[in-house]
Amino acid sequence: MAWASLSDFLSMGGYGFYVWGSFLVFLICLVGEVVLVLNRRRTLLKQLSLTHKATKNEKNNETTT
Amino acid sequence: MAINWFKYSSPASFYSLAGKLIPIFSIVALILFVVGLYISFFVAPTDFQQSEAYRIIFIHVPAAWMSMFLYLIMAGWAAIGLAFNTRLSSMIATAIAPTGAMFTFLALWTGALWGKPMWGAWWVWDARLTSELILFFLYIGFMALQAAIDDPRRADKAGAVLALVGVVNIPIIYFSVKWWNTLHQGATVSLTESPKMASIMLTGMLIMSIACWMYSIAMVLIRTRTIILERERHTVWVSELHKETT
Amino acid sequence: MFLWVIQRDLLLAMRQRSDVLTTLFFFIIVVSLFPLGVGPEINMLRSMAPGVVWVAALLASMLSLERMFSSDYLDGTLEQMMLSPQPLILLVLGKALAHWMVTGVPLVLISPILGFQFDLQTDALLVLAVSLLLGTPVLSLIGAIGAALTLGLRGGGVLVSLLVLPLYIPVLIFGAGAVEAVSAGLGASAHLSLLGAFLLLSLVLAPWATAAALRISIE
Repeated sequence: MAWASLSDFLSMGGYGFYVWGSFLVFLICLVGEVVLVLNRRRTLLKQLSLTHKATKNEKNNETTT
Repeated sequence: MAINWFKYSSPASFYSLAGKLIPIFSIVALILFVVGLYISFFVAPTDFQQSEAYRIIFIHVPAAWMSMFLYLIMAGWAAIGLAFNTRLSSMIATAIAPTGAMFTFLALWTGALWGKPMWGAWWVWDARLTSELILFFLYIGFMALQAAIDDPRRADKAGAVLALVGVVNIPIIYFSVKWWNTLHQGATVSLTESPKMASIMLTGMLIMSIACWMYSIAMVLIRTRTIILERERHTVWVSELHKETT
Repeated sequence: MFLWVIQRDLLLAMRQRSDVLTTLFFFIIVVSLFPLGVGPEINMLRSMAPGVVWVAALLASMLSLERMFSSDYLDGTLEQMMLSPQPLILLVLGKALAHWMVTGVPLVLISPILGFQFDLQTDALLVLAVSLLLGTPVLSLIGAIGAALTLGLRGGGVLVSLLVLPLYIPVLIFGAGAVEAVSAGLGASAHLSLLGAFLLLSLVLAPWATAAALRISIE
């Protein structure tokens, strides 16, 4: 199924808007979801490390005093 | 040697197992997506009737399949979580919901965009579209219910009950094409009859479906790991795990 | 025990008469709003009537769902009831049917009168009443699941409607469909039989699910 030219490929037989519209949203949703989950994970890990450091400092203070 | 399944049922060991599996599934998903897209655009011939617009089928049908399939899987895990009181299975069910909702939205979106050139209307009130919309509301209801309950244990169980009650809706979707013989195109692909479309299109669509499936598994595993971390934050193994990473 | 629950709930409902009337008046007002909104043009109203009446019935029965368990939950009688040797399912069935009697039955009785507003023929009115008679208990039964799930949650009222509306849709489709089928001259028996099927299905499954939901909410 060779496309005559890039513009022909983009116009997609006149239905370009519909085809690319749906593929674009498909891509956006997938990539968006991945980004959201990884973002949620990063913030969580940062929180964990903060609480972790806090508990470590407390232990040090106890041992030193 | 019998695989001891219960070893992986505890969040800690599941966390590491999921960690190893995620890269595998995401790479496979990526490859399949590329292959699938290549087929759908460059290999599949122009459809005599719908010319190029039919190419949307390569994402519309997989998304619709995934939306229903993921709901069943979610209800399955929720049921296991409810019956065996295993926290992990409820976590997996909670992790599936957003991906399922996304695929339902995609199925509705691509369906509308495909319907416009074919039937001349963005939204047509026929059986299958309506049931897909109901499924979308069920996903949203599931997530809203889980968000509204603070205590995770109760949220899991309440969500499980709702998922099981909602699972009655899935057969309605599946058979709605047959019950109400309405506008929507008959099921082009069914396991019994021979496919009414060129085999190359069918393979393209199946590849895309498997790609979506791999993607969903990877996504659910990542989200499950995040939920495990969220819920087990004060446990010992999380802080140990944390020593290595920081 | 089953009859006791219904009798007790009816007594409670009768004492606060306002509960019964608010649902009824809500139903009447919503139904009469539509002609004002859409215009007095008769045959358009006639074609719209079944949908309007059914959606109003749906909303009216959902309005009072939240109070089904919450009053007992707050003053602790719900826990006592759950501790009783009687099966929880019977208790829940009783509560749902009591809710149906308080909200569903008045709607069924009033609906023919409201039908006149929409100039429905007598046979359409009859089928409207029968379809509501079959449909409203299903609404109460499924609604009971939603009410039990969202017991004691903040923003429970809105959440119930979000959970329960998707499950109401098949009942709405066939309920309104029955009346349309009759006014279009086709027999409504198919729709009514499906409504009856929904009723039986929910009579069996809904109390079990509500009981499970209650056990979860109460712990």
